[in-house]
Amino acid sequence: MSDGAAGAAGYRRLVLALLLAPALLWLLLLIILPHLDLALLSLRERAGPGRYVASLAQYRNFLREPLYWHVFARTAALSVLATALTLLVAFPVAWSIAKLARGRRRALLMLLCLIPFWVSETVRTLGWMILLRESGVLPALLVHLGLTAQPLELLYHDATILVGLVYTSLLFMIVPLVGSLESLDNSLIEAAYDLGGSGWSILRQIVIPHAAPGITAGCIVVFMLTLGNYLTPTLLGGKNSLWFTEQIYTQFITRFNWEQGAAFGFLLLALSTAMVWLGLKLSRQRFGEVMRRA
Amino acid sequence: MIPGLPRSGWLRAATLLYLLAFFLFLFLPLAVVALFAFNDAPYPAPPWRGFTLDWFLGNEGAGRTGLFHDSVLLGSIWTSCVVALWVTALSVLVGTANAFLLERMRFRGKGVLGMLMLTPLVIPGVILGISILAFASRVADLYSDLSGSDSDFLRPGLPLVVLGQFSYIAAIATLTISARLRRFDRDLEDAALNLGASYGAVLWHITLPYLGPALIGSAAIAFLMSFEDFNTTLMLVGADAPLTIMMYGRMREGATPVLNAVSLFLMVASAALALLLMRRSWKRTAA
Repeated sequence: MSDGAAGAAGYRRLVLALLLAPALLWLLLLIILPHLDLALLSLRERAGPGRYVASLAQYRNFLREPLYWHVFARTAALSVLATALTLLVAFPVAWSIAKLARGRRRALLMLLCLIPFWVSETVRTLGWMILLRESGVLPALLVHLGLTAQPLELLYHDATILVGLVYTSLLFMIVPLVGSLESLDNSLIEAAYDLGGSGWSILRQIVIPHAAPGITAGCIVVFMLTLGNYLTPTLLGGKNSLWFTEQIYTQFITRFNWEQGAAFGFLLLALSTAMVWLGLKLSRQRFGEVMRRA
Repeated sequence: MIPGLPRSGWLRAATLLYLLAFFLFLFLPLAVVALFAFNDAPYPAPPWRGFTLDWFLGNEGAGRTGLFHDSVLLGSIWTSCVVALWVTALSVLVGTANAFLLERMRFRGKGVLGMLMLTPLVIPGVILGISILAFASRVADLYSDLSGSDSDFLRPGLPLVVLGQFSYIAAIATLTISARLRRFDRDLEDAALNLGASYGAVLWHITLPYLGPALIGSAAIAFLMSFEDFNTTLMLVGADAPLTIMMYGRMREGATPVLNAVSLFLMVASAALALLLMRRSWKRTAA
């Protein structure tokens, strides 16, 4: 009997070890060690051929060179703006799906929202380039309608970058919003209405507090994806994009200055983490729950 | 529709208008991409010069290289498929192991481990890329110092691309598969065990079939995400470029409508995959 119990315990331990192995290999070799290595890389400076010393020079460069922190701040600000715009554009759509549509029509609307996101971001960006560039569809349409004399160049503006970023982020906002709005009891809204609440006060005092978890989850995910985006800003913004991920690419791949690139990477990671943390604090939610929701 | 609320005709019209504008915004870029794949002009731009299939079928003799004769583009599609298959296989395997680890095992540090498994999702793809690039090249340098020979495996190239994409797609597979395993009624397993089935037989005949839809679903998601990954791949790519990287390069130079042709091909392929999956899940809910 005790032999059998010992055997079962040994068996359990073996299974545990076998299941732990892939998880530990994955997290250790592809996440933890590479990031420790990146941290070490960002904290050293080249002192001569093949010789490095520990220093904060890379972070000092970031603070001293106006271009670097300017691009960093700009990326952060535009990402916040893009997140807010995405929320504004997505909210009415999510409301319509969750509260106004029913049954088949609701499924159809949801499907229509999903379809563009099965296609890669590259393809969607190609579409925007064909629409917006000087020889593109919208400038030609504006000339045709007599609104402008010459075709306008609609690419390479900050507004273009924002349109592209909002477009690629929409789904990640709509899905958590619909999820949190669906669970809102209609009778609460009806009661508030019967008691004389205006549309605005119902939205502010009932709908938004109830949807807060969905709003937070959507905003966190959208902000993260926007901050880390590379394709949309570089293609729609061209040389004027000045996006921080592009700086990382330039340092790492073009200039082969890995120390500086690693420091930039950590700064971006710190900003992204700080915003995620702030979002969770503000809405008093837990990380795991948000990720599951998103 | 919330029945208790009076809705004015004005509000209803505004809502409808907004939804129409929204879906126009959503589909316009895809529509122009598809449309200009058939325009008889050397650039994907207006005006419309007539219908042609050159950008699919044209060969170099005709002066226009269509998709099916563009060996570089076809090669990059193949590269993307190979990478995506590896990433899918690895992610589903590791994701399944992780699901059992998190849902069935009890050990110290499980909460921390479960948290760690989510972190790849909050690290920007570009940073996953550079950190793996830097670490792999450090290991490669160490290896070549010790053994005197170089290890190509750890230099930028497809193996690193696979590892880079796997590093965060595995987290998504873990989430999907553990969510389903959590809802499993363990009495079914206990019943089978009481009836004399072995652990292996229970796993094979009861637990895994139950997980089937989650496995297929996460495999499809993994394949699609890998096929479409850009940020991580950009940092780790070597000489063989997957499709997204190839397209990006050509888009910067201003490409012919062959890119529209390949995009249309992608749209059709991903729509087919998605519909197939949805039919499966509809059938299941109907049954």
